[in-house]
Amino acid sequence: MTAQSDRERAVTELVKGIWRENPVFVALLGLCPAMAVTNSAINALAMGGATFFVLVGSSVLVSLLRSWIPKQVRITTFIVIIATFVTVADYSLHALAPAVYKELGAFIALIVVNCIILGRQEAFASRNSVGLSALDALGMSAGFTLALFMLGSIREVLGNGSFFGVPLFGAGFEPWVVMILPPGGFLTMGTLLMIFNWLSERRKRSAQLLLEGGAA
Amino acid sequence: MNLTNLVWIFFSAAVINNFTLSLFLGLCPFFGVSSKIGTAFRMGVANIFVMVITVIASWALETYVLVHAPYLQLISYIVVIASTVQFVEMVIKKMSPSLFRALGIFLPLITTNCAILGLALFSVSKGYGLVEGIFYALGAGVGLTLALVLMAGLREDVELADTPKIVKGTAMNFFIAGILSMAFMGFAGLFASH
Repeated sequence: MTAQSDRERAVTELVKGIWRENPVFVALLGLCPAMAVTNSAINALAMGGATFFVLVGSSVLVSLLRSWIPKQVRITTFIVIIATFVTVADYSLHALAPAVYKELGAFIALIVVNCIILGRQEAFASRNSVGLSALDALGMSAGFTLALFMLGSIREVLGNGSFFGVPLFGAGFEPWVVMILPPGGFLTMGTLLMIFNWLSERRKRSAQLLLEGGAA
Repeated sequence: MNLTNLVWIFFSAAVINNFTLSLFLGLCPFFGVSSKIGTAFRMGVANIFVMVITVIASWALETYVLVHAPYLQLISYIVVIASTVQFVEMVIKKMSPSLFRALGIFLPLITTNCAILGLALFSVSKGYGLVEGIFYALGAGVGLTLALVLMAGLREDVELADTPKIVKGTAMNFFIAGILSMAFMGFAGLFASH
């Protein structure tokens, strides 16, 4: 393996999580936090940040320990490592940003059971070098944060008429309250998935047309 | 601690604050194993079982161990949950291999079902005792099962309906969930006096 392809591989691992293998929109993992804390853009970012810390931390540690973890108890080991990082994140956030901590409530503690994190340990960090695992974790958490931020922005703008707490529309705007309530989460996610399906369907069709045009 | 209070805890967890549709806990099995009513129901029952054991274990941990070391809360809970799930998995594998195959990967994934850990954490933060906790767990589990079965029933029908290609599959499931969630919001006015 040359230096060039090493770098290419690293870039691939970093970039794949952001869009092509986006954990929320493509793999449909980590749906609980993606629905529950995305009623405003700032909450979505805070959750993304906390998940970023836990995912990168535990991926690096799991990757470092990967040759010492016995195969039979690997899931338990991963989850204890993850729980440790979450405890750190939980206590730090409580001390540093009490207002955000109060908003997110139990969902910080529930990062432990975010399937994205355990999934990355099992599928990637336990089989790859520390550097690649860190890049993979960075990409995946960036993709997760992006998805949360999209959901959070849409829901806040429509449901509250504001963005990061700053009012966007005049007094005449009637907020769609349902968007920041639980059903709004499901509906926003459904609409986004529908748009993505439509886009990929359209791209496929234009590729098909191009192919037929070339043949004729 | 009187009976009315316990009934209130049960119904509050089952319908008003339904774990799946209002609190967004346990969405992975909700979308993953809700394609057939039978499987959805059994998944719900497995969840109720794990929930009740977890809430008992977390109560014991909270009372006897964690008063001395509160920072171990998450770690000890998750270990308890993981071992309970392992136990349930072995029992189901022995008793009903066909159910074991139907549940597939979602059975070990009960460990990472946020509804279970969420239940343990909420039960402690609400200051529930042992009996209240068990009722809370039963309510949450019944609510989860109800949501799963309702979702499975709707999905079985929508599967046969003529829907546009772009909403087929997951997007449609989210719309169904959104409408179900709206319906459950209607329960918010129940027991207004509390």
